This record gives sequence, structure tokens and C-alpha cells, in this order.
Amino acid sequence: MKRSVITAAVVGLSLAAFLVSIGFSPVSEKPAVAKPEDNIVEQQVQQARGAYLAHIGNCMACHTGQSGQPYAGGHILETFIGTFITPNITPDQETGIGLWNEEDFWRALHEGKGRNGDLLYPAFPYTEYTKITREDSNAIFAYLQSLPPIQRQNPPSQIHFPFNFRPLIYIWRAFYFEQGIYQPEAGKSDEWNRGAYLVQGLGHCNACHTTRNPLGASQGEILGGGQLMGSNWYAPSLTSLQEASTSDWPIHEIVQLLTVGLSSRAITTGPMAAVVSQSLQHLSKDDARAMAVYLQSLPKTAPHSRGIAPELTEEVDRQLQHGHKIYKTHCQDCHGSFGQGAPGAYPALAGNRSVTLASPINVIRSILYGGYAPVTASNPRPYGMPPFAHILNDEEIALVLSYIRNAWGNRGSIITSVQVDRSRKGAQ
Amino acid sequence: MIYLAPLVFLFFFQFAAAADIPPVNVPDTMAERVKACITCHGPEDKKGRDVYYPRIAGKPEGYLFNQLRNFRDGRRHYQPMAWLLKGLPDQYLQDMAAYFASLKQIFPPPEPMSSASANIELARKLISQGDPAREIPACVECHGKDLMGTAPFIPGLLGLPRIYIIAQFGSWQNGGVMRGQTSDCMSEIAKQLTAEEANVIATWLAAQPVSEALLKQEHSAALSEKMARRCSSIVMPSPELR
Repeated sequence: MKRSVITAAVVGLSLAAFLVSIGFSPVSEKPAVAKPEDNIVEQQVQQARGAYLAHIGNCMACHTGQSGQPYAGGHILETFIGTFITPNITPDQETGIGLWNEEDFWRALHEGKGRNGDLLYPAFPYTEYTKITREDSNAIFAYLQSLPPIQRQNPPSQIHFPFNFRPLIYIWRAFYFEQGIYQPEAGKSDEWNRGAYLVQGLGHCNACHTTRNPLGASQGEILGGGQLMGSNWYAPSLTSLQEASTSDWPIHEIVQLLTVGLSSRAITTGPMAAVVSQSLQHLSKDDARAMAVYLQSLPKTAPHSRGIAPELTEEVDRQLQHGHKIYKTHCQDCHGSFGQGAPGAYPALAGNRSVTLASPINVIRSILYGGYAPVTASNPRPYGMPPFAHILNDEEIALVLSYIRNAWGNRGSIITSVQVDRSRKGAQ
Repeated sequence: MIYLAPLVFLFFFQFAAAADIPPVNVPDTMAERVKACITCHGPEDKKGRDVYYPRIAGKPEGYLFNQLRNFRDGRRHYQPMAWLLKGLPDQYLQDMAAYFASLKQIFPPPEPMSSASANIELARKLISQGDPAREIPACVECHGKDLMGTAPFIPGLLGLPRIYIIAQFGSWQNGGVMRGQTSDCMSEIAKQLTAEEANVIATWLAAQPVSEALLKQEHSAALSEKMARRCSSIVMPSPELR
């Protein structure tokens, strides 16, 4: 009973939020079929709910090509398995999913199978989407079918040998795919279970925040952190206190990080900033809270790997001094002489786990290429970090970063110019 | 666990210490928000280690907005700009464009011109009359009679360094500036020009002084309908801002 009330509230809220924020007009999309009026209303409610869920699942991010039309596919995913080019999921009959029905869509999400029964590559995260309920799947499908059909034929994916031999996916699935919708855990609150459902299923957080084995399957601890496939970004562990665990955060700060992309303790960058602005900022209040409650409750684990902070020899001290000089010239204006930063604009570097992470690739990348915090409704004009790739050489970046990792109470391994050079060359 | 203890201690120590330090003062202005841009794009053109960074201060708003969108979406290809602008919506890019357009521009002194008089004549002719036989319009047709640009989309051509203009011609010729954009008029025009012609035009333009009088004039003459059609990608409105 309680659950259905919550669900109804979520539907209501999300519908209202969606109608307001996106200016969606549910009228006129569907041809007026001769149906009783309440049926049409029901349909519209389902579509609006589906729109909300599609946002939370961030379907658009992968199913939209660079400067292409929403959901028309063509996004390129470079992985060691091959180059995936995402399909058009608008209701165009020829090039999209206009001929699909609810059942086909459910099979794709739940079983990882295409319309003709083909096994799908898990680049489409059905390993997570399998946890989505049938009701939610139907709503997302109803929404996608209500979109204007866009004719866009995307080129086929280029899968390398031997992965292009599809029957191999049978074997892969036997090992790594567990089919089944999310089962609420008894003894946990409805809120916690809702959060778990969103994080594990629709939100597919594990698709990035986990290590992939050589066959592209998640391995190790759930949400234990890992390098993003085909890109030079590291998605930190959500369970390690040295990485991005939020077990010692108040709920409202986790909510803020998820929905605005910055809090006094952390700031989202790179792919996570995109997830915040495209998807998580649209979370209803209740859903954001539910995700936060679940994330906060995740069991604590050891970090993905541990960097070794240097012993303070004279040589190291000299390096850090040199790094300090560079810091004063280029960083101090915004991040402050004590690494204190400015909440909401420039992240504090003192006590900032993303700068002391054992894997330095994210922070090297931020220094090399800069970037802006995510744009959200509550932070429409974020402040930014300048690129330094052309101002500082590898040696200088290594020195200043080593200093930041070991100043104001921070402790982290010394960075070498070789690591910076590797980041420059491997950036994607 | 033994290793963890000092780390945890350091964290607590640090938070306690940070609490007493006032945060950095951040003005709520566009100038502060575009700090990420001005390490390269200062008030004057700048030559970096490997590339050339043109000044953007005082360039027309619509022109800057188009370039920002094109960089972000990969139509104009320069990876560092694409990374920096990734995920920024049109509205914010428009704000940035408006900010830079509002800044006072500083023009470099005219460059010396050592070309032969025949070359000067050729440059003048192409700039003021074009070459209809090869479908090369006169520069003045779009960039204004005084070559100071046509608001809001067409930039001025005076006060630009010669090497910058030559580099732009080169990029248009090989598709680097506006990749895959339909009706990319400058690319079509640049491809009609010989290397020699591009060179003399750049030399002549860079040698023209920009007077205070020119600066104070209003440059709002509208683009002719014919050229607006030919260059429709330039006047393309943003779907988000419409």
C-alpha cells in the first residue's frame, strides 16, 4: 500500500516536473485514435512517466550522435571490442524502432535480445536494465513511440575479431549475465529499495563505476571503481572512503552532488558532469533522496588501488617546493593559498579525494584540458577550469600535481612527467 | 588498517583546519566565468607554443556564438575547444559570445606591405569586385563596405594579422574550419582562390590601418538576401534559443 502511494507520488511529481521543466505538450503527438478519453489520458500519463524514466536512464546520451537529433542514434562508442555505433530508437519504421512492440522492447531491456532474437552486445547495458520492471519498460517504450520519427540510417558497428562472432555472446552471457528484475530487499526501507532499483537498474551506474575484465564484463566489487572503456577517465569507487564513497556524507550533500554536480566536498567532471546535466538533474526530489540513501549505505571497501605517498626526502622536498611555485603562479588565484577553493565555483583541493586518487588520470586530464562544471537548472552558468596543456609542459604539470597531492594534509603518490605524457597521448 | 589510521587522521585534521580559512572570493560576473577562455584568448592575438590564438574581444556576437557552437559540436575542428565546451548549452555559449563581443577591441598596428603594385591591384580588385566568373563574391559584399563586418554574424577583416588570415584560408580550403556544414560559403570561396590570391588578399588586409573613426561607426548593414541564402549556415539560428 505504502509502496503504491509512493509510486503514485513519484509518477505525479515526475509528470508535473516533466511538464514544467521540458515544456512538453502531450497533446498532438499521437494521432487521435478513436478511443475513450480516459484511455488517452492514461496514455499521456504513461508517456510522461516514460519520458522521466528515459531521462533518468540517460538513454539520450548514447542514442544521440554528436550534434545529431535526439534518440536518432549514431553515437560512437570506442571499446577494445570494437567501435559501436548506437542505433536510432525513434519510431521511424525503416531506420528506427517504429515496427517494434512493447514485447520486443521488453526483450531488449530484460533479456538483451534484438527484435529478431539476435543477442545484443552488452555495450547496451542490459546487464543492468534487466532489473527494470515491466511497467517501467512499457512506459519508456510508450514515450519513445511518441517521439517524432526521424529517418536516420546509422552505419553498422565495427566489431573486431573474434568478438564479431555472435555466438560467443552465449558463452559470455552464461558467465556474466543474470537475468531478472530487481527484488526489493526485505528489512530495508522502501526508500532504500527505490534507490537500489535506480542505481543498479535504470541508472546503470555500474556500467562505469566498475572494472571491466578483458571480456568487457564487470568484475570485482560492485561500484568498486574502474577505468572507463575506451576513454582516459577513471570512474572512482563508490564504496571506498579514499575514492568516492559517501558513507560519511550527509544525505543533502549527496543529493546536491547528484542533481547539481557540485557540493562543498566534490565536483563532477568529464563523463559524470555529462550524466548530471543530461540525466540526474531531472531526478524527482524523492528519487534523488532515495539514490542518496542507497549510495550512502553501500558497504565500505578498500580502494581500487592505493598510491604510495612519498617519504619526505630532500629530493622530494625540492620537487614539492618547485611545484608550490607553479601553484602560486597558475592555481592559487582560484583554488586559494591553502587549497580551500570557493564552494559552488572552484573546488577545494585540500582534502579533495579526486586529486589524491591513486589513479591520477582524471586530475591530470582536468589540468591538461580544463572544463566546466555541469550546467543544470540550478547552476546555469557554472565556473570553469582553463586548459593548461599548452601553458605547462609535462614536467611542470607533474610537479604542481605532486605538490597538490601532498599539501595541506593531502597525501598521494608523486606524479611523473611520463604519466602526464601518457595522458596527453591517450586522451579521448 | 595500520596504514589507514594516519590517513584518516590527516583528513580530519585538514577539514578542521579548512574550516577557519575563508573561501576564495569569486565575483558573480561573466568575466570570472570566462577565465577558462582568457588564458589563451587575451585582448590581443597570441602565439602559443604550437598554435595561434586569435583575440576574440570585440568580434561580432553572432559570429562568436556560431564558432562556439561549431567547436562544441565538432563542425569546426579543434579538440581542446571541443573538450572545454563539452556539454555547455547554447544559452551559455550565447552569454559568453555576448560578453566577448561587448569588450573593447585592440587592433595591432598595420603590417608593412612589400608586395609589388600589381599584387596590390589584384587584392583590391578581388576585395571590392570579386570575380563573378569563378563565383567569387567581393569581400565587401558581406564584410561591409569598410570591411569592418556586418552585425551580428560577419566578422570584420581589418586589424587581423596576415598569418591568421592565411591560416583561415588554408583551413577553409581543406575543410578544417567548418567541417560537414552545408552551404559553407567561405569554404567554397576559398577553394576558388589560388594560393597566390589568398596571400595577396591577406597581405593587403593586414596592412590597412584601423582608425578610431572606423571603430566608432555603426556596422549594422544587413547582409544582402542573395548572400544570406548562399551563406545560410552562418545565419542559422539555434534550435534551443528560437
